[in-house]
Amino acid sequence: MLVASLALAAFAVLLAWPIPLLLARASWTANAPVTALLLWQSIALAGGLSMIGALLTFGLHPFGERLVESALGLGGAAIGGRLTDVPLLNALALCGALLLTGHLLLNLVYTAIQIQRQRTRHRQLVQLLSTPHTELPHTRMLDTSIPLAYCLPGSQHPITVFSQGLVAVLSPKELEAVIEHESAHLTQRHYLVLLAFVAWHRSLPWFPIARQAREDVAMLIEMVADDHARHIVGDEVLASAITRVRASDPAGGEPQDHLSARVARLRHPEPVGRGLRVAASVATVALIAVPTVLLLAPMEWLS
Amino acid sequence: MLTLGDLERSVMDQLWASDEPLSAYDLKDRLSESAAGDGKDLAPTTILTVLSRLEKKNFVVRERESRPHRYVAAGSREDHVAELMHQVLGRETDRTAVLARFIGQASAAETAALRELLSPDRAG
Repeated sequence: MLVASLALAAFAVLLAWPIPLLLARASWTANAPVTALLLWQSIALAGGLSMIGALLTFGLHPFGERLVESALGLGGAAIGGRLTDVPLLNALALCGALLLTGHLLLNLVYTAIQIQRQRTRHRQLVQLLSTPHTELPHTRMLDTSIPLAYCLPGSQHPITVFSQGLVAVLSPKELEAVIEHESAHLTQRHYLVLLAFVAWHRSLPWFPIARQAREDVAMLIEMVADDHARHIVGDEVLASAITRVRASDPAGGEPQDHLSARVARLRHPEPVGRGLRVAASVATVALIAVPTVLLLAPMEWLS
Repeated sequence: MLTLGDLERSVMDQLWASDEPLSAYDLKDRLSESAAGDGKDLAPTTILTVLSRLEKKNFVVRERESRPHRYVAAGSREDHVAELMHQVLGRETDRTAVLARFIGQASAAETAALRELLSPDRAG
């Protein structure tokens, strides 16, 4: 199992830095956001699996050559009161695997609860301070001149909120673009993907790649929602809706990378080649498959 | 047909408009006068249900010493608007997971508007 442990550790290092950096710098992602989004999820999952797997296989090493067999061996040692026989380094690795798993899972649960609480509070505020839209179901109008559009997911009846300021600056067709964009977020449950990446970043706040991943994923999700909207209203209507909401801002704001990227891909789409798409899909599967095989495969294969 | 949500909003509007604490009976009278009540009389028990829901959400405070109980708004409408806008426009990184905005980050002007909304000298 030492070979597997070393291979998993090496893989974890690759997933912690060079691979995600490659994806973050790739220029094709804006034109194939779903593919890129899947790849990010695969990287995060495989990274966690490799880190925990490396510690686990190293820790279990004295108990046997296979994961299940050695885990049973450890269980037997625990029942027989022979845990003190486990060499210190292996015991530390096992504790590390346990702590890391617990840390990641608890952070996910904690983040989910906290976000749900904030949503509940926000929903209560919206109920009191906005009026129901006269035509659209589960849509509320907020009386402010700031152009706002957002959706509040995560309950039986997700709600979409628009402001008077938004309706004032957009044409009916552009408003439809915004409505379609928001409904894509809700029907495709983008908030769940975002939740996982927010939790991942919180678990590893000192880790720059986790922050990068969260930001990239947030932008890719916007692009996926844009893709849904553009199919219904057309590229130009959506692009003008985005720029108009932006421009209605009296101070002009500063040009923002995310927004200009969203508009640029609508106005100058650059289709992603079939080869690249296939390669990305293969990578998505391979990234998960490698640590899984390393964890479960009989060690004779490796030695 | 009025939903509980509509009623909660009407009750809060009355409490925000009032200078003094109101009982369920005061609210019943005011609501039937206003358009929000649909011109129909609401049962006091309905209003008490709405009030207890609002109390649970910390939007109203009950004056315990008075009989019948009288209620006041926990904060002004402007306070709650500011809280809502802060959640929408604030710069907390995790906000993106709470609600999904059409245009992601707060711009300079929005931040300025928010600051104005939150500034203490605005309160009146």
